[in-house]
Amino acid sequence: MLNIRIKFQKYGVMRFIGHLDMMRYFQKAIRRAGIDIAYSEGFSPHQIMSFAAPLGVGITSDGEYFDIEVHSSLSSQASIQALNDVMVEGVSVLEYKRLPNTAKTAMSLVTAADYLIYMKKGYTSPCDISQFEKKVHEFYENQSEIVITKHTKKREIKMDLKPLIYEMKVVNLKETQILHDLNVKNPQLLDLGSESEQPEIPAFFLRVCTGSSDNVKPELILEAFCRFHNMSYEALSYQIHRLEVYAKADEIPVKGEKERAKYQKYLEEQEKICQQNGREFPKFLTLGDLGEIIN
Amino acid sequence: MRKLALNDEILLNVQKPARYIGNEVNSVIKDKENVDIRFAMCFPDVYEIGMSHLGIQILYDMFNQREDVYCERVYSPWGDLHKIMKEQKIPLFTLETQEPVKHMDFLGITIQYEMCYTNILQILDLSQIPLLSEKRTDEDPLVIGGGPCTYNPEPLADFFDLFYIGEGETQYDSLFELYKTVRNQGGNRQDFLRAACKIPGIYVPSLYEVTYHEDGRIASFMSKFSDVPQRVEKEIQMDLTNTVYPRNPLVPFIKATQDRVVLEIQRGCIRGCRFCQAGMIYRPTRERNVEMLKECAKYMLKNTGHEEISLSSLSSSDYSQLSELINYLIESKEKGVNISLPSLRIDAFSLDVMKKVQDIRKSSLTFAPEAGSQRLRNVINKGLTEEVILNGAGLAFEGGWQKVKLYFMLGLPTETEEDMKEIPRLADRIARRYYEIPKEKRNGKCQITISTSFFVPKPFTPFQWASMYDKEEYLARARVVNEEMKEQLNRKSLKYNWHEADVTVLEGVFARGDRRVGQVLLKAYEKGCMFDAWSECFDNQKWMEAFQECGVSIDFYNLRERNVDEILPWDFIDCGVSKEFLKREWRNAQQEQVTPNCLIRCSGCGAARFQGGVCVEHQN
Repeated sequence: MLNIRIKFQKYGVMRFIGHLDMMRYFQKAIRRAGIDIAYSEGFSPHQIMSFAAPLGVGITSDGEYFDIEVHSSLSSQASIQALNDVMVEGVSVLEYKRLPNTAKTAMSLVTAADYLIYMKKGYTSPCDISQFEKKVHEFYENQSEIVITKHTKKREIKMDLKPLIYEMKVVNLKETQILHDLNVKNPQLLDLGSESEQPEIPAFFLRVCTGSSDNVKPELILEAFCRFHNMSYEALSYQIHRLEVYAKADEIPVKGEKERAKYQKYLEEQEKICQQNGREFPKFLTLGDLGEIIN
Repeated sequence: MRKLALNDEILLNVQKPARYIGNEVNSVIKDKENVDIRFAMCFPDVYEIGMSHLGIQILYDMFNQREDVYCERVYSPWGDLHKIMKEQKIPLFTLETQEPVKHMDFLGITIQYEMCYTNILQILDLSQIPLLSEKRTDEDPLVIGGGPCTYNPEPLADFFDLFYIGEGETQYDSLFELYKTVRNQGGNRQDFLRAACKIPGIYVPSLYEVTYHEDGRIASFMSKFSDVPQRVEKEIQMDLTNTVYPRNPLVPFIKATQDRVVLEIQRGCIRGCRFCQAGMIYRPTRERNVEMLKECAKYMLKNTGHEEISLSSLSSSDYSQLSELINYLIESKEKGVNISLPSLRIDAFSLDVMKKVQDIRKSSLTFAPEAGSQRLRNVINKGLTEEVILNGAGLAFEGGWQKVKLYFMLGLPTETEEDMKEIPRLADRIARRYYEIPKEKRNGKCQITISTSFFVPKPFTPFQWASMYDKEEYLARARVVNEEMKEQLNRKSLKYNWHEADVTVLEGVFARGDRRVGQVLLKAYEKGCMFDAWSECFDNQKWMEAFQECGVSIDFYNLRERNVDEILPWDFIDCGVSKEFLKREWRNAQQEQVTPNCLIRCSGCGAARFQGGVCVEHQN
C-alpha cells in the first residue's frame, strides 16, 4: 500500500464547485484515470481519500491537496498525465508524490496558507499601491491586536486576528518577477483582465493561520481591513486566490516511534545544512514538500 | 477561459451555482460557427432532476454525433435565479455555450409529467420566446415537444410549434435534413412546419382544427388542409441493439437524483396492467442484446467514473437474459461499484442476487400490488397474487430482511370500501408471516410501509374512459385505509403514507384535457405557479383561481365517465395499440376478467404490426 499526495489547481468556472462536490468529482476522476486506489472494508466501500483544507465557493487556487492510498502506482509523471487526461477545464493536477508509509494526513498537518486578494476584472481599485502599503502598515504592523466580532448562529465571539496573520503585504501583479516569486502557475488564469495600460495591479498577499484548530478566512481579514480604514467592503468585487498550503517545518509528519526518530534525524541534518550555508531554516514547508516524486 | 452568462454577483447569491455553469465531464464542446443547426434540449425541471433523465442523454449523444448539429442543454432555473433573471431581463441560456436559447434553431422540450407544464411556460418566458406558437416569428426557435405526455399533447397545443410523438431515435435525422433544405430554399417557419407534418410521428397542432358540442365534448378533429395527415402514427425504434446509446454520458458536479450509470435493458412491458400508460404506448416489448449491454456497462462505468450502475426498464424480471447480465455485472465489477436493481419480482433468484449486491439490514423489499383485494387486482390486470406476495415475503424474511414497502393506488375503477380495507389487511398478513419465524431467528420487529397514491386515468390505457373523484372523496378513501389499519393485529409494525389529493386532481385535468385547458396553464403561470411537482412550491389556491377565471370546469374533465364512442382529444394519434383492444380491455376490467401477458398469449392489441419484439420472438 502506498500513500500518495496529490496537488491540483482550481480556476475559472470551477470556482463555483463547492468542497464536497470537488471530493465527489475526484472520486469519479480517480476511477476514470484508472488509478489503483484502495477502498475501505465493509458493505459500502469508499475510496481512501482525504482532502487537506476546504476551499470556499468562489475562490480559485494553485495549491489544493488531497491524500489517497493506492495498491500500486505508475510514475508520478504518468499518473499526472492519466489524471489530467480525464480532467475538465479548470482543474489540473500539478503533483503526484509518494509519502512515507506512516505519513500523517494532509488535513492534520495543515497550519498555514498563502492567498492573493485582488480586484476582479471590471472593478477599479480604490487605492494605488503606495496608498495600500500605507494602509496595510497602519492596519497590520501598527496595531498590536486586531479584534473583530464574529457572529455565529448562537452568539458573538471576540477574536484577535493579529496572531493569526503571519504576513500581510501589498504586491503589484503587473510585475512578472512578483508572479514568479509567488509561484503563480499560470498568470493568465488569474483573469486579471487586459487593461494592460494600467502600470500596476495592486493585490494583497496574505499568509494566514489555517487548519482544524485555528483558522482564519482571508475574507475576514479583508473585511476588518476595510472597516479599519472606513472603506466600503464589497466582497464580490475581490477575487481571492489561494497560492499554497503549508505544514509546520518542525512538526514531524509521520507516526510511529522508529519513523519519527528517523525524521527527527533528517530534520536536524537539514537544519545543519541551512546553518552551513548561512540560510535560515524555513518555518513552513509546503504539503507537497513532504512527498517524493515516483520515478 | 469559458465565459458565463451570469456574473459572480448572481452566481454567488443563488443556491447551487453549479446548476448553471455547464463544463461537466463529457459535455460536448463544438465550434458553433461550424454547425448548421443549433438545438437547445430542455428538461423543464431543476438541473438535478433533468440531468438524471436517460432520454435526453440518448438524444444529446445522437444529435452531437452529427457534425452539422450542436445540441446543448437547458434546465429550469430554480426560483431564486428565476426572480433575478426576470428583474434583470437576462435571457435564458444554454449550459454549453452560455448563449441565449432564443438564438437557437430549435428548442426541444421533453415532457415527462403533467406537473411540469407551468415550467415549460417558464422556460419560454425566460428565453424571451413568445409563449404562444402563433405569436412567434422566423426569429424565434422552433419549439418542439417530446416524451410520454405528448401522447395527449392537446393541453399544450398552443405553446408548441410541433410535437414528436414516439421514440426519438428514428426521425430526427429527417427533421434536420428537412430544416436545412427549407432554409436553403429560403423557406420560412410556416413552410417548414407544413412540410414537417408529413414526417412520420410529427404533429403540428396549428394545422388542425377542433370543434366542440354544446355540452363541451369534441365534435370534430380535422386537419385544416388536405395534404396534412389526419392521423399521426407514433415512432418506434424496433432494433434496440443496433442503435445509439451513450457510452459517454454526462457526469454532473452536484449530486443528481440519478447519480449512476443507467442501463436501459428493454423498452415496453408484457404485463398489460390496465392503469399503466407506459405498458401500452411502448408496445411491443423489445429487448436489447445482452452482449451490447455488457459492452455499454463496461464503457459507461469507465467513462464516467460512477460508483453505481442501475438497470432500467418497466419490469426487469421479464428481461430474458437477466441472470446472465446480472452475473456478468457482479463478476466483472470493480471494487467500489454498486449494482442497484429496481423493479425486480421477489423470488428465489432475485433474493439471491440482492444478497450479493445489497446490505440486507438496510435494504427493503418492494412489492407493488397496486390494489388490496384480488378482485380489484383482477380489474386492473395486475397479475400479482397474494400467494406470490406472501411466499416472496416469507422467503425474504427467512433470508434476513425485515423491511417491506408496499405500493397501492386508491380511486381505481370499481373500487369498493372492502377493496380499500384489504390494503392494511394484506400488510397485516405479511407481518403475520414475519412473526411465524421463531423469535430467536428473527431480528426484532418487521417494518411494513404502505404507500398509496391516487389513480389518474391516462390516455391510451383501458381506463382512459374512467371517471375520477374530487379531492374530498380521495382523502376519505385514504381515511378508510388509515382507520382499518388501526384495527390490525400487527398495527405497530405497519406504517401508512398517503399523498396529497390536490395535485391528483390537476394531473387528471391535464392528462386527459383538450386544447381549452391550455389557457388555464397560462393563467396559472401568470399567477406565479411553477415547479408544481415540488410540494414546497405548489399553490393549489392559485390553480383554483386560474380555473375559475378561465371558466374551465375541473368536473367536466375528471368526474364524468366518458362514453367509448366519444371523440377523445388524443384519438388522432395512433400509438400502435388499437382502440378496439382498449375497449375490450375496459369491458374485461368491468367483468373482472384477467388478460394473460404477451408471453403467455397474444391478445391482439395491434402492436404486432410493427413486426418485432415480443410479438415475433415468442410466437408459438
